[in-house]
Amino acid sequence: MKRIIALSARHWYAWAMVAPVILVIGLIIGYPLTRGVYLSLTDADEANVERHIGVNDIPATYDFIGLENYRTILSDSVFWDRLGWTAVWTAACVGVTFALGLTLANMLNRRVKGRTFYRVAMIVPWGIPAFVSVFAWKMLFNEKNGLLNKVLEGGGIDAVPWLGDPTWAKLSVVAVNVWLGVPFMIVAMLGALQAIPGELYEAAEMDGAGPWQRFRNITLPGVRAVSSTVVLLSTIWTFNMFPVIYLLTKGGPGDSTEILVTYAFRLSFVNSPRDFATSAAWGVLILLLLSLFTVVYRRALRRQGEAW
Amino acid sequence: MTTSRTATARTATARTEKPEGGSPRDASPRTAGPRGGGPRRRTRTPAASIGLHAGLLIGTVCALFPPLWLLVTSFKPKSESFTTALVKDFTLGNYRHVVADTHFLSWFGNSLIVVAGTTVIGVFIAATTGYALSRFRFPGMRPLMWILLITQMFPMAVLIVPLYNTLANLGLLNQPAGLIITYLTVAVPFCAWMMKGFFDTIPVDIDESGRVDGLNPFGTFWRLILPLAKPGIAVTGFYSFVTAWAEVAYATAFMTGEENQTLAGGLQNFVNRYGTDWGSMTAAAVIVAVPAGLVFGFAQRHLVSGLTAGATKA
Repeated sequence: MKRIIALSARHWYAWAMVAPVILVIGLIIGYPLTRGVYLSLTDADEANVERHIGVNDIPATYDFIGLENYRTILSDSVFWDRLGWTAVWTAACVGVTFALGLTLANMLNRRVKGRTFYRVAMIVPWGIPAFVSVFAWKMLFNEKNGLLNKVLEGGGIDAVPWLGDPTWAKLSVVAVNVWLGVPFMIVAMLGALQAIPGELYEAAEMDGAGPWQRFRNITLPGVRAVSSTVVLLSTIWTFNMFPVIYLLTKGGPGDSTEILVTYAFRLSFVNSPRDFATSAAWGVLILLLLSLFTVVYRRALRRQGEAW
Repeated sequence: MTTSRTATARTATARTEKPEGGSPRDASPRTAGPRGGGPRRRTRTPAASIGLHAGLLIGTVCALFPPLWLLVTSFKPKSESFTTALVKDFTLGNYRHVVADTHFLSWFGNSLIVVAGTTVIGVFIAATTGYALSRFRFPGMRPLMWILLITQMFPMAVLIVPLYNTLANLGLLNQPAGLIITYLTVAVPFCAWMMKGFFDTIPVDIDESGRVDGLNPFGTFWRLILPLAKPGIAVTGFYSFVTAWAEVAYATAFMTGEENQTLAGGLQNFVNRYGTDWGSMTAAAVIVAVPAGLVFGFAQRHLVSGLTAGATKA
């Protein structure tokens, strides 16, 4: 007890300052999360949860069924298919976004006429709400009347079913997500590049290092710290990227572009009957996968001497 | 203790900046080249120059075209939404229709309330948390850092159903307050993380001088450090703003009834099973994008410094 008093006497400033965040996170994430995990261990669906119809309260009648939901999900190919596509989607989006972001940031970091204009123009997509951009893209992708197909038609090429064919739809959603993600990458990378002292390049040049050598031995190590964080963050964001896929294709055609998150949403809000328990179990699995990824990633970084 | 923490962060930066082989050089951290500098390349062949501009131009066109096309389409009459020509019959009809005949203005108002609440509260508590994480070593600090990181990977798919129930029990459905609280949990972890990185770059000496002058930790934070962290505040403010302005899933689920919706939810009313009202959609989208663009333009000057300060020391 004395220890606690002594501790709070010393740390109460710090605790008071973090208290609001703890409160918000505990109330709005902690409790629902616990409940979500519990739901995933039951057979709750639309028909047996607590409902209020008019003045009548119908009490919940779902049962605790242990890990049954998880067994069903993991033995079903749907989950593994979705997981496979989610992995491809995440790797493709993060990889392309990172490569493009680093390239463009590198170009913008040079003395070039109109630098400010280019920089502002290229981060415009970031300043526009994602759902607005997604609608803009949906209009361009429109199969019958969209601008992209009209342009192709003008060039004598057959219309491409941008969102109607599984393969094209996959390419399209990745393209839109990359478009949305590149500005953030440019800004982060540009900051990292500008923190690399220019003398390093001069010294290297004087020692006769070619452009590729300079890029490999100065630029890449210089942006490592920032890129490791940025890649981790964008992996998590992309893995959970709901709006792009939901608004662009609704997971279709069929369920070809459905990633784990949108499928879980579909289970509890789109499908009928709404299957809350399975949806929650999907959510828990997503969370486990991401936590695992983060731990492995962090460990790999630490082994390479990154401090955190 | 606090000094040693900052020092570790510094050496980490210095280490990564050191070239392979570690030539002995002054390891002064964060001395970025002259503003707008970058590698000083005095000579560039014309071919390289053309390539550079071509690359940048392609990037610019790709970035600007979709939003510009949206803008152009919004000025076309409904029947011509999909024509390839630039505006033939310029009209403001779409805008007039959106503002006068739909619930657009109430969506806009709702969004404003939600955004203002999220941004003001979010930035404030993110700043206090970031400051505590940056300056104090206290029991529970590392777990808190982890929580901040992990909350960012919470798929809303796990949370949305239980959260719906929670808000219903608290009577916060269809209330801006409900959405504000929800968005805080989305925005605050990231913002706090970034603010911590930002405060790490402000020398601890300033805190100490404040303490010598008799300020308590809150006073130091409020009167000395916060004014220095303005760029960080701009970045976190922008992030909270964007989060609240553009979030789709929660807004759709928690706000029902057309006049309670926010913009992100409301705009979906233009897409229904009979097709999409592209004219109204584009006009509304443009009106939605303008405030976001303004805030962005205001904050973007600070984005580079703020983001990387947060990211490097995360």
